[in-house]
Amino acid sequence: MAHTPLTLRGLSVEGVNQCVHCGLCLAYCPTFSELGTEMDSPRGRIFMIKALAEGRMSLTDPAVEHLSLCLDCRACETACPSGVPYGRLIEAAKAEIERQRPGGAVRRAFRWLNFGVLLGHPKMLRAAAAGLRLYQASGLQALVRRSGLVSRLPGTLSAWEALLPSLPRAVDRAPLPAHIPAEGERRGRVALLTGCVQSVVFGAHNRATARILAKNGYELVVPQAQGCCGALNAHGGDHARALSMAKETIGVFEAARADAVVVNTSGCGAHMKAYGALLADDPAWAGRARRFAAGVQDISELLAKAPLRGPLRPAPMTVTYHDPCHVVHGQKIRKEPRQLLAQVPGLTLVELPEADWCCGSAGIYNLTQPEMAARLLARKVGHVESTGAQAVVTANPGCILQIQQGLRERGRDVAVLHLVEILEKAYGG
Amino acid sequence: MATLTADRKRALRTELEGMLGRGAVLSDPDELLVYESDGLTLFRALADFVVFPQSAEHVSAVVKLAHREGLPFVARGAGTGLSGGCLPAEGGIVLSLMRMNRVLEVDYDNQLAVVEPGLVNLHLSWKVGPKGYYYAPDPSSQQACTIGGNIANNSGGPHTLKYGVTTNHVLGLEVVMPDGEIVWLGGKTRESQGYDLIGVFVGSEGTFGIATKIVVRILKKPQAVKTVLAVFDEVDQASAAVSEIIARGLVPAAVEMIDQLTIGAVEDAFGCGYPRDAAAALLVELDGLAIGIETQAERIVAACRDSGAREVRTAKDEAERQLLWKGRKSAFGAYGRVSPAYMVMDGVIPRTRLPYVLRRVNEIVDAHGLRVGNVFHAGDGNLHPNILYDPRKPGEEARVVAAGAEIMKVCAEVGGSISGEHGIGLEKADFMPFIFSAADLALMQRLKHAFNPQGLCNPGKVFPTRKSCGEAGAVAYRPHAIEEQGLAQRF
Repeated sequence: MAHTPLTLRGLSVEGVNQCVHCGLCLAYCPTFSELGTEMDSPRGRIFMIKALAEGRMSLTDPAVEHLSLCLDCRACETACPSGVPYGRLIEAAKAEIERQRPGGAVRRAFRWLNFGVLLGHPKMLRAAAAGLRLYQASGLQALVRRSGLVSRLPGTLSAWEALLPSLPRAVDRAPLPAHIPAEGERRGRVALLTGCVQSVVFGAHNRATARILAKNGYELVVPQAQGCCGALNAHGGDHARALSMAKETIGVFEAARADAVVVNTSGCGAHMKAYGALLADDPAWAGRARRFAAGVQDISELLAKAPLRGPLRPAPMTVTYHDPCHVVHGQKIRKEPRQLLAQVPGLTLVELPEADWCCGSAGIYNLTQPEMAARLLARKVGHVESTGAQAVVTANPGCILQIQQGLRERGRDVAVLHLVEILEKAYGG
Repeated sequence: MATLTADRKRALRTELEGMLGRGAVLSDPDELLVYESDGLTLFRALADFVVFPQSAEHVSAVVKLAHREGLPFVARGAGTGLSGGCLPAEGGIVLSLMRMNRVLEVDYDNQLAVVEPGLVNLHLSWKVGPKGYYYAPDPSSQQACTIGGNIANNSGGPHTLKYGVTTNHVLGLEVVMPDGEIVWLGGKTRESQGYDLIGVFVGSEGTFGIATKIVVRILKKPQAVKTVLAVFDEVDQASAAVSEIIARGLVPAAVEMIDQLTIGAVEDAFGCGYPRDAAAALLVELDGLAIGIETQAERIVAACRDSGAREVRTAKDEAERQLLWKGRKSAFGAYGRVSPAYMVMDGVIPRTRLPYVLRRVNEIVDAHGLRVGNVFHAGDGNLHPNILYDPRKPGEEARVVAAGAEIMKVCAEVGGSISGEHGIGLEKADFMPFIFSAADLALMQRLKHAFNPQGLCNPGKVFPTRKSCGEAGAVAYRPHAIEEQGLAQRF
């Protein structure tokens, strides 16, 4: 007998039927590990999503609370023998929450500002960054923090203020040139996603990436018209804008005619690799999306294909590596960053306990769920301390900000670096 | 059992929160829903409350309250059980022990650890691993299941063949009795005085009380390990190889069989290195002293080849070995790739009857128009036929239950048992008469009543139920599919 396909907000959640309730995911879920409640486990959430789609359950306060507490770290996907597409299920659930429970005017305005204005328009984001830089450089931030005003802000806003990264000067936020030639024997032509938030906060990562790619024989194109890939929108339940952002991104990068699209942020890479599934139901885009997705590579994936081209300078230090969720679980990249670090002379890599556990950053999770984010951060920082490493290497700006904040609060002098920063140092950067 | 009124429920919730603290009591139906089944989704039941105690005193207080109110209660760990053993009676209290998950003490000199029941099995081995120790019982769900649940079911695992089951590794238990009293059974030494109450308690499926502290043995990791994969074109050859290995006097730590359907599912899941075109494969592990292990491995290889193996290879390194085991231990979960649901059977048979019983299993499942995947502990004859089905198709669940009952009957007929390690729970309660007489069951009931006279502690499990048996809170009677088919009777 044919059954009606299960959907939420028009998105298929048929994947719930792949879950056979074995529970092997439970011990790998950070929120279940912290709380011990099955509504906060992957199996429980899949069960709830199924019950929602079948109409056995409605989006009551507890249902919204438990589904919203999911980090979307996808550690459960790595553990799942059945291949339940958990990330897609929770995104559909979050989209349904936004439809049914959009919240009050303040929350809606905040979402519109973030998802609609800032992420959708690179120029607006750059203007906001300039304003933020002024706030920090003028000493106003220090004044506000000293005044105790921050602690009187509502929960989310005070968490947000604490996480504000120190923005670089305007010159360091300048975009990369459109074209950077390869050095030495040419290996290929790749295009770089500079990222929306990434490009204003961590322009240094993009410059390091460009330099390493050139050193390794890659000709780099940087499409100047690129915007945001839509990952934050998709994770936040803003499905409609995520679709239009994906289409724009595909168009811009197709025009770059590169062998691969290189990404140095975890959420963007995982999301762009899933464009095929995202646009599968749109006949005009499905094929283009699949072809585009097949060409997306994380920077570590591309670089690990061949030994790094020398000469590399020694970097005599002990580091540990934190796996960003959407690199290790979203893209199944585990060996490559470690292989690259092993090639740096003098560098000692100590394995981090629970290296592939979420640090609590999880996109904007540390703003929306500050309490759980803080618990997971404390767990992560404790593990970092246990390694005695001088630096934490990772591969995603969100994790860097989060772990930096955690170490700062504990008064630890441990650097947190992007993989490309360590490699750039080895190239004499 | 009377349903609680809304007022009474609110009052009890307040009282439970007073005992356990805020955030430790669930009573919202939307939250209780996720606790309606364990790893076996065929059976479902809703509790009135799910509570999260953090100490033996908490557990005792909740149990005393349940006792006072005449409410049934049941302990739950990770909910990975496969027999419905931790399902609530309709209504009542589920005590989730997931917040009691500490390792309280490790005594390496005396090779023991004291742990709480909510500790994940594998996490104990992780904890003591750096010092060269491990906890031997290794159920396939060990990455998620808890030691408390292992106690309830006397869980086994692949390495049961050489190392024995959970009860062989438990020295002492702190138990909250069904009336709330906290007692110790056994202690920290190998043998305790008096009756072997540990032996009675372990495997009682949560019907004798709730363990709140567990003293377990930890073992030194073996000096050497060899893992052999033997590939067969016929299932009968693989079955014959199992008997041949044992007949030649070899004592492997584990002998596991995995069939073609299952190989396909685990290869899709993790790409573990099992050949997809094999009818069956055997995973044979040897461990112990480094001296002599090579010779033993050669003898295993010879036994497999003599039984018709088309290929026999040894895992070349620890990574390959781990991957093979990952495939084996994830097999049940991987069935989700080929079917939306499955029911696993847990029959035990004399090893020499493997070829006959596996053929019968296939015939039975075929006759019901269903599919089956086999992955099991071949060395000790503990079968796991996994009957695949689609719960959305009307009538399929009933056919699965009927096929399962016939398979159990075959196991009983060849002199076997209906459960090796998953427990009787709800699922197999009605099969008990296949292997026990009325007098056997009556004696077991008397033992249960000695521990659990009110019958509030995990009612409706293990024993076939009937309306008038007097158990408080027993699950409501409904005719079982096998009763309707005349395969079993309630008494």
